[in-house]
Amino acid sequence: MKYLGIPLEKPKVAFFGFTGCEGCQLQIANKEETLADLLGAVEVMSFRLISSDKDDGYDIAFVEGSITTEGEVERLKKIRAQAKILVAIGACACLGGVNNLRSRFPLDETIQEVYGNHVIESGPVRKLSEVVTVDYELPGCPISKAEFEWLVRHVIVGVIPQLPQYPVCVECKQRIKTCVFDMGIMCMGPVTRAGCNAICPSNHMGCWGCRGAVDEANFESFIEILRERGFAEREIAERANFFNAFSGVDVIPQLEG
Amino acid sequence: MTNILEKPIDIHVEHIARVEGHGNIKIGIEDGKLTECTWEVVETPRFFEMMFKGLSIEMAPLLAARVCGICSISHALTAARAAERALNIQVPETAQKIRLLAKHAETLQSHVLHLFFLVAPDFLNVGSVIPILSSHPHIVQIATQLKGYANRASDLLAGRTSHPMVFKVGGLTQVPRKRQLKNLLNELEENIPYLEQAIEIFKGLSMPDFERETEFVSLKGQDRYPFIGGDLVSSDGIRMGEDEYQAMTNEYMVDISTSKWCKLSRDSFAVGALARFNNNYELLHPKAIELAEEIGLKPGSHNPFFHNLAQLVECVHVVYESKDMLTELIDSDTSAFMASYEVHAGEGVGALEAPRGILYHHFQIDDEGKIVKANCVIPTGQNHANIHHDLHKLVPELAAQGEIEAEISKRAQMLVRAYDPCISCSVH
Repeated sequence: MKYLGIPLEKPKVAFFGFTGCEGCQLQIANKEETLADLLGAVEVMSFRLISSDKDDGYDIAFVEGSITTEGEVERLKKIRAQAKILVAIGACACLGGVNNLRSRFPLDETIQEVYGNHVIESGPVRKLSEVVTVDYELPGCPISKAEFEWLVRHVIVGVIPQLPQYPVCVECKQRIKTCVFDMGIMCMGPVTRAGCNAICPSNHMGCWGCRGAVDEANFESFIEILRERGFAEREIAERANFFNAFSGVDVIPQLEG
Repeated sequence: MTNILEKPIDIHVEHIARVEGHGNIKIGIEDGKLTECTWEVVETPRFFEMMFKGLSIEMAPLLAARVCGICSISHALTAARAAERALNIQVPETAQKIRLLAKHAETLQSHVLHLFFLVAPDFLNVGSVIPILSSHPHIVQIATQLKGYANRASDLLAGRTSHPMVFKVGGLTQVPRKRQLKNLLNELEENIPYLEQAIEIFKGLSMPDFERETEFVSLKGQDRYPFIGGDLVSSDGIRMGEDEYQAMTNEYMVDISTSKWCKLSRDSFAVGALARFNNNYELLHPKAIELAEEIGLKPGSHNPFFHNLAQLVECVHVVYESKDMLTELIDSDTSAFMASYEVHAGEGVGALEAPRGILYHHFQIDDEGKIVKANCVIPTGQNHANIHHDLHKLVPELAAQGEIEAEISKRAQMLVRAYDPCISCSVH
């Protein structure tokens, strides 16, 4: 690639997975229509899910999954030491995601339930930013390929990617969708960061908050409205805590074990 | 060529590439003897059985989807089925059809991903699909077309490819409009020539010559090739009901794996496309049988590399069955897609053929509909022991043939890859 006759070096990128389902990395590999475009813009040094070729000379690391063992802490720190830019991708990396649902129970009880007395190494569920400095976060469960490409374009030209600062409701209205609240379905859309094109409300599921809290969300009024509309405390707790998106918001009811 | 008697072999593939999740292959040969031969799974557990605890049963499909980024449609549907069997819910016919169509889209997407992106580079002697983009662009074009169709079918029928949202206990949140179904049918028909080209490419590849007598476990179809629910069958002659899955899987712990292993009549068994093919051959779509005959794939095949060929045969099956089902659906009344039900205490098992093999979810719920106990038995978890035992036969055979270390390593990786393992899923 040349710009004004000057050859530009392609940024060297690598992809890594920790505790998660690899669904976010799959989104990147999955929509082949634009794969050639993406590979025209970056040089893939390491992407184990789809490639045996491996080179540690990368500048940008995209990291999926939560951190749950000391081995993972070490591996992530090595990646951080190498990468000039580290991007957390997906709800598990950005928020802890569904992995956090097991944090309702003590670790020894959790291991016992699944493995009995067999020895298994595990630890608390941590999002990436609890272990290393994260430069950018690309939220979602899973991430969207379009938004990933948008982020890559920004990083390549050195512009800070600014996620939408409005809630999912804005995108839902732009698509002229019937509000799911009017169908009796709970939705975290009013307090969740947009950028998903309201995909869950559009499919009559309501939003579960996988993209994290929008700036300046009014949780007090939101929870009050949910109660007014007759949603049970347990139902509110299950939806609001599903992706660990609103931890620390004290008006949100806790999810019991 | 280096003789094994002259030079020791020490292979350590850490985090084998082009498979989902984290697994290692360790092989050691000294003085012509196998000193080590291990399929090691090092994926960190997520403890899904614990995550489910205390949640409402309605949440089961949504959470289950997150077990796997590739086969999340299968996981959501298995959890929904387990919940529906616990609550005695009869799912409306339209919902059953849409679910199976979405599953077919997932099977096509997953098999094409595996065959073209994960397996094909081995046959073209490259590390990934990336060099193939410039060396054989038409191959990537075929995969792009077929996966493009499968992805759009998943978007329409399931909400999206990974982590679908339309499957709920009792049915669906919505059904596509007739016009959308017609467009999908048109698109499917336009892609059939690409399916034929895909077949031509794989016909030209010869799979490694290797056999090990294996027990194959799958669902047993009644009147159609099985995907959702039904009896469990093994090629060693065992047949059980869906609820008896634990007797069919016999999970146990091993030190070399964070995933549990399984066994039935022998030390190990295999699940997946080849198991379904071997146990249900006569129920395949005539077009799929035609292809199987053309490529010489016969039921009773014990070459694990033929998992790849069985996947190709299944691609043909799901495309043609989807065509028939879509045509039928377009002409039928699709207004009923959700059953009403009341929550009560109960227990239910769901069995389903995910792309990589038979998958089970099991829930016990209390009278408020809270999950008190959950269990998931994953296809790749059922295959790990078989992969391990296959390696124990393959590696000495290759060494005896005088193959060099690099070739033994490549063939061992190809063997693991043939099973299309989904390692994070197996550990869950």
